[in-house]
Amino acid sequence: MSAVIEEHHDDHHHGPDKGIMRWVLTTNHKDIGTLYLWFSFIMFLVGGTMALIIRAELFEPGLQIVQPEFFNQMTTMHGLIMVFGAVMPAFVGLANWLIPMMIGAPDMALPRMNNYSFWILPFAFGMLLSTLFMEGGAPDFGWTFYAPLSTEYAPPSVTFFIFAVHLAGISSIMGSINVIVTILNLRAPGMTLMQMPLFVWTWLITAYLLIAVMPVLAGVVTMMLMDIHFGTAFFNAAGGGDPVLFQHVFWFFGHPEVYIMILPAFGVVSAIIPTFARKRLFGYASMVYATASIAFLSFIVWAHHMFTVGMPLAGELYFMYATMLIAVPTGVKVFNWVATMWQGAMTFETPMLFAIAFVILFTIGGFSGLMLAIAPVDFQYHDTYFVVAHFHYVLVPGSVFSLMAAVYYWLPKWTGHMYDEALGKTHFWLSFIGINLTFFPQHFTGLAGMPRRIPDYALQFAEFNMLSSCGAFLFGFSQLLFLFIIIKCIRGGKQATDQVWEGAHGLEWTVSSPAPYHTFSTPPEDLREAHG
Amino acid sequence: MSEEADIRTLRTVRKLLFAVVGMFVFGFALVPLYDVICDITGLNGKTAGQYVSSEPAVADTSRTITIQFLTNNNAGMPWEFRTEKRAMTVHPGELNQIDFYARNPADVTMTAQTIPSVTPYYAARYLHKTECFCFDQQQLAAGEDIEMPMRFIIDREIPADIKSLTLSYTMFDITDQHTSQQASD
Repeated sequence: MSAVIEEHHDDHHHGPDKGIMRWVLTTNHKDIGTLYLWFSFIMFLVGGTMALIIRAELFEPGLQIVQPEFFNQMTTMHGLIMVFGAVMPAFVGLANWLIPMMIGAPDMALPRMNNYSFWILPFAFGMLLSTLFMEGGAPDFGWTFYAPLSTEYAPPSVTFFIFAVHLAGISSIMGSINVIVTILNLRAPGMTLMQMPLFVWTWLITAYLLIAVMPVLAGVVTMMLMDIHFGTAFFNAAGGGDPVLFQHVFWFFGHPEVYIMILPAFGVVSAIIPTFARKRLFGYASMVYATASIAFLSFIVWAHHMFTVGMPLAGELYFMYATMLIAVPTGVKVFNWVATMWQGAMTFETPMLFAIAFVILFTIGGFSGLMLAIAPVDFQYHDTYFVVAHFHYVLVPGSVFSLMAAVYYWLPKWTGHMYDEALGKTHFWLSFIGINLTFFPQHFTGLAGMPRRIPDYALQFAEFNMLSSCGAFLFGFSQLLFLFIIIKCIRGGKQATDQVWEGAHGLEWTVSSPAPYHTFSTPPEDLREAHG
Repeated sequence: MSEEADIRTLRTVRKLLFAVVGMFVFGFALVPLYDVICDITGLNGKTAGQYVSSEPAVADTSRTITIQFLTNNNAGMPWEFRTEKRAMTVHPGELNQIDFYARNPADVTMTAQTIPSVTPYYAARYLHKTECFCFDQQQLAAGEDIEMPMRFIIDREIPADIKSLTLSYTMFDITDQHTSQQASD
């Protein structure tokens, strides 16, 4: 495998191929990382446009812009695209770029499969997006596609949705096999597991989660497919099935899935905060164990999404307490980040701003999660905007902010140029204000009883919804500034040093900037700097 | 990479692929597992199949239990479906009978399947049905009607806190599945 790469080195083949075929045929982890990151950014803009359609409709009570049928398609597609098309591929992109450089490996362990796992994605999402132009419209049953909405009452395009999910799932499984094999087998000689940077650790654990639950997702959509086309009755009560079963199987996948989207973010933040606090990460080992505990707990709490289906009291209590238990390892992490910053010589470059905002706003999202975990009050919060506020607080200023922090942090290493710091900070503050303006009022409308996934609402929610929509447009359009900053940085800027940031530690900072096309063809010997 | 490393890589990949296939199968295994768990715990208010009594029915006249009957049609089901009585007061252990009535007002032959559900869910395992139309499917020609007797015993072991329970039936239109099944037979 990588023997092939070594041979290439012997002859004159040093850089990438020219032209479009470079990208189609590439097996280079940096090229594939770049492809993943651009793909996810495009999906982020597509899903974001759908969010703005939703917010434009909700700007005022009553129906102004879209019909309820189309509104439902927008909420569904927005969720699916952001989860499977934006956040997950973006983290896979980071994994591709960074894991080999962080562990001193020449490339991913399975480069050809790496190419396949990326190129499946445009087909999966092309197929999903094509449903918008089909008769009967796109899927309109919410990103959680509960049966029987997604089986008996689904538009005909549901079959395309099912195959798109299958393809995206195959891509993630291939990607995570690659990550695990790379981390377990290609670490620089002498590097122990407990010497790995935390980003590599969190990705290792995330990859195991993916391998455990993506097949279950594939299973549940296959059951849907069979119910719709082959006359089975997994979720159809008339044939002896049970719609509640769907929710159990779905959330058995769905809860680990939300940690799949946040654990790599923990890794990113654990790399950035020590750099700009100029201190070593506080409690490295406890961070590793906390990540593993969160991953384990994610498998045994799924029914807290289903408190209102009519569970027995014992079930409600068990899932309530198990869910609250997750706050313990998560708290360990938050305290470790704060302790890392404590008495550090902090500076506030853009990546650090995003990382600090992550710690604060993710914690807010965690607290609202704790409120939702309380079974008796969940009966009131269930399916209201409070839930929407909660999961957007952990996903947008959580996962998405960590991704932006990561881009600003490693962009000089990728491009060889420093980005424009003033513009970066502007982007941060616009995003920070936009996001809070969008989602904070939704806590209030939710507690007051505004249901989610509804195109119209009662008059008393008008002011908060208007604020929310203004925030959404501010956040949405400030991402065009992000795009501009990235393109500007690719095209030129102040030459970046190898270490880029004064306080940066890790093997990726020992190679030159921009990182050469092939790094660590011979393994690094000095591993003292390996974990940040 | 050395040959030895290649072998290690393949070995890891094989293990991981095995895990993937295993988890896919596990997803499907959740279906019977779910039924078994519902069965054992009586969750979900699912009642068991036909009950065959091992001992003669002896009524426990010291207790009375009110059992209410609900009849629902699933969306799109046009049949008339009702019960002769809304509620009965019975003793645990005695054999009771109640009649249900169904009529097909449509102008085509239709097939129906009825699904029972008991509230509170933990009463489900104490409700034994010796005869129920829900064990079979009903096929009625256009305009045809049918009287359907249901016999049941409430177990003498039923917990003391259950003073009343509700047995709800939902009738589903399964004409499509029924005809496609016949076609494939």
